[in-house]
Amino acid sequence: MTRRQRRLTIIGGSLAVLAVAAALVLNAMRDSIVFFSTPAMVAEKHIPPGKRFRLGGLVQPGSLVRGDNLAVTFQVADGSATLPVSYKGLLPDLFREGQGVVAEGALDAFGVFRADNVLAKHDENYMPKDVADALKKQGHWKDEYGARSDHNANSGASRAAQGTPQTGQGALR
Amino acid sequence: MIAEAGHYALVLALALALIQSTVPLLGARWRDLALMNVARSTAIAQLVFVAASFAALIALHVSSDFSVVNVFENSHSMKPLIYKITGVWGNHEGSMLLWVFILALFGGLVAMFGNNLPLSLRAHVLAVQAWVASAFYLFILITSNPFLRIANPPIEGRDLNPVLQDIGLAVHPPMLYLGYVGFSISFSFAVAALIEGRIDAAWARWVRPWTLVAWIFLTLGIAMGSYWAYYELGWGGWWFWDPVENASLMPWLAGTALLHSLVVMEKRNALKVWTILLSILAFSLSLLGTFLVRSGVLTSVHAFATDPTRGVFILLILCIFIGGSLSLYAWRASALKQGGLFAPISREGALVLNNLFLTSACATVFVGTLYPLALEVLTGDKISVGAPFFNLTFGPLFLPLMIAVPFGPLLAWKRGDLLGAAQRLIGAGAAALIAVAVVWAWMLGGSTFAPLAIGLALFVMVGALSDLAERIGLFRVPLATAVRRAGGLPRSSWGTVFAHAGVGIALIGIVCETTWNSEYIGSMKPGDVARIAGYELKLDGVNQRQGPNYREMIAQFSVGLDGRPLDTMTPSKRSFTTRGSTTTEAALLTRGASQLYISLGDTAGNGTIAVRIYHKPLVLLIWFGPVLMAFGGMLSLSDRRLRVGAPKPAKSMRGLQAAE
Repeated sequence: MTRRQRRLTIIGGSLAVLAVAAALVLNAMRDSIVFFSTPAMVAEKHIPPGKRFRLGGLVQPGSLVRGDNLAVTFQVADGSATLPVSYKGLLPDLFREGQGVVAEGALDAFGVFRADNVLAKHDENYMPKDVADALKKQGHWKDEYGARSDHNANSGASRAAQGTPQTGQGALR
Repeated sequence: MIAEAGHYALVLALALALIQSTVPLLGARWRDLALMNVARSTAIAQLVFVAASFAALIALHVSSDFSVVNVFENSHSMKPLIYKITGVWGNHEGSMLLWVFILALFGGLVAMFGNNLPLSLRAHVLAVQAWVASAFYLFILITSNPFLRIANPPIEGRDLNPVLQDIGLAVHPPMLYLGYVGFSISFSFAVAALIEGRIDAAWARWVRPWTLVAWIFLTLGIAMGSYWAYYELGWGGWWFWDPVENASLMPWLAGTALLHSLVVMEKRNALKVWTILLSILAFSLSLLGTFLVRSGVLTSVHAFATDPTRGVFILLILCIFIGGSLSLYAWRASALKQGGLFAPISREGALVLNNLFLTSACATVFVGTLYPLALEVLTGDKISVGAPFFNLTFGPLFLPLMIAVPFGPLLAWKRGDLLGAAQRLIGAGAAALIAVAVVWAWMLGGSTFAPLAIGLALFVMVGALSDLAERIGLFRVPLATAVRRAGGLPRSSWGTVFAHAGVGIALIGIVCETTWNSEYIGSMKPGDVARIAGYELKLDGVNQRQGPNYREMIAQFSVGLDGRPLDTMTPSKRSFTTRGSTTTEAALLTRGASQLYISLGDTAGNGTIAVRIYHKPLVLLIWFGPVLMAFGGMLSLSDRRLRVGAPKPAKSMRGLQAAE
């Protein structure tokens, strides 16, 4: 093999691997990406039953019903619409009525959102980013959601960074 | 007083870094030895001042001086001492200070142990290191000063995030940073080589130990973080493909590729231009990780837009360093001489293949991590890219890489014999096939994926061992000779064996955990028994206890196997009054490499408590693999040829001076 042929082999091989990688990425993009919706968006868009998405909003106060063997139902509201959610399993530590929540799953034939995962990605200082953004967009954002983190901070020193979780680089999530 | 001293020390470190980033360059240009040597003293002095600054912040946290904002926001007088210390880097400002401290540490180490480097190379490396340092000192001093005071000091602090009050915080961030920031050295060496326009095999020999150190710490840091997430979050998951995790995985993939290409460069003087690019990329990805985690862009693109000072500052650092180094690369790389020739099928070819797959895998992680951010900025659509995406992209790219791993070390340099290598791997292949058949028969035709993956893992492990057997001539020469040869084998060869076997072990753990994980979720009251994977877990009772800064609800389980009592497990839930939040402390029972895992949920009114119990077969192998890989790295590092400051043969010394 000449130097030129060797170089061509290596370049050709590299391009082939890169093409495979690109094809894999495009394929996965089509199938495995989950969109985010709020109850109002669900009402508008007529998402078909069985299509997976992430539902975000506030847990409607008073709507949490615990059934047998860890089955729970609750309503997720975003100020203009509500959607019933059913879930079986352990709720995250920070799940509370009136607080933000993100659930992943799909609608069933009766229009109930069957969640297979309720996310615990927030601490008491901040709301899941999707929820906060959606609420702000709809004008339902109340300042105390963000201000809670600074409730006892001195005025001069408080950094009003709503939504900055105080987690280090090493923070888990 | 301590706070002001710490602040002042940091300002002095910035001043020193500014001197270090200019004077040595002028010295190198004018060939002035004294000016070039400035780099060495300033790097060491810089380290002293940053260390003083870091020590000051630790002292403030330990003495609970709540007149300092950083201490007030992240500490509490009742917090145990260990968390007072680790809380220093459990927040944004403190962790950035740790970042620059480690950066200065690496700079100082190069200054102290780089005596065998050519003077101008050392001057250039330390100058580049100081550019990075200056940028981050400025970032801390302008946007994230940990030493700010409060006008009216409060009596009590707001406590550290309870999730972070764990021994994991003491180990994981420092290790991860040692890895992240360690790649700054290979970056500085690469930029120095581009500035000087000269690079040779000796360059690779100097860079390799530093890259290896960074890689070892990054490997351990990622594994440690994964284990921490596993036991602390109470979900039993060990990897979530979360952007924060991906931010550490990308430099690791690039760094692993770099380690392998450095071998080619050192041994065969080839792949120079590519190695330089990888050095730049590895550190660029570390900077990107810092940006992702530190700018708040992951929390919310909008939060980033409304309070942009920090994010924009890091983004600016990112653009200057990545853009600058890549431009320099584009401009100067063609000036570097091309190295040795090799056939596609050879050790070099195998290492090129390794690099190709690792960088492609890295690119898919990059796309999966940044695409949602880009889409939200451009169109406002919100999507989440989770495990399914990475399983479909990362997985298929790792498959051929794993098949190729055992072949690499068996191929000769320059021109290899694929058939011969395959013949030597017949044993490994047979072991893999037997494993596939046994596992498949045992599962009675369950998933086909698991037996194949275990077979692959076994192929990698036995392949690593057959490479070792081949080298020492096991079964071909008398045993005593083989043992003697094993003793004489370079440590770096042993390192390769351990690191490659570690990959296989981790893969076995991953496959077993995901395939045969059994789970019990239910509500239990005292006296109830849950059965899982042959174990009986009886809930004996629930007690309350007062901890130093929390209240704890402890459930006691007695675990039995086949009717015999085995042990007790005590998972708990802690309520932290200061922050008004709870954490779940899972209980783990280790049996061999498998674990039983219990975490608690909510209590209901009628005295029942929700529990989640997992049996995770061979789960510990997931972390034992990376530990073995890191151990391999350490063996390799202790190889005489790579030992920092090891005396060099006179011939190569002459070579260096000639190159001067």
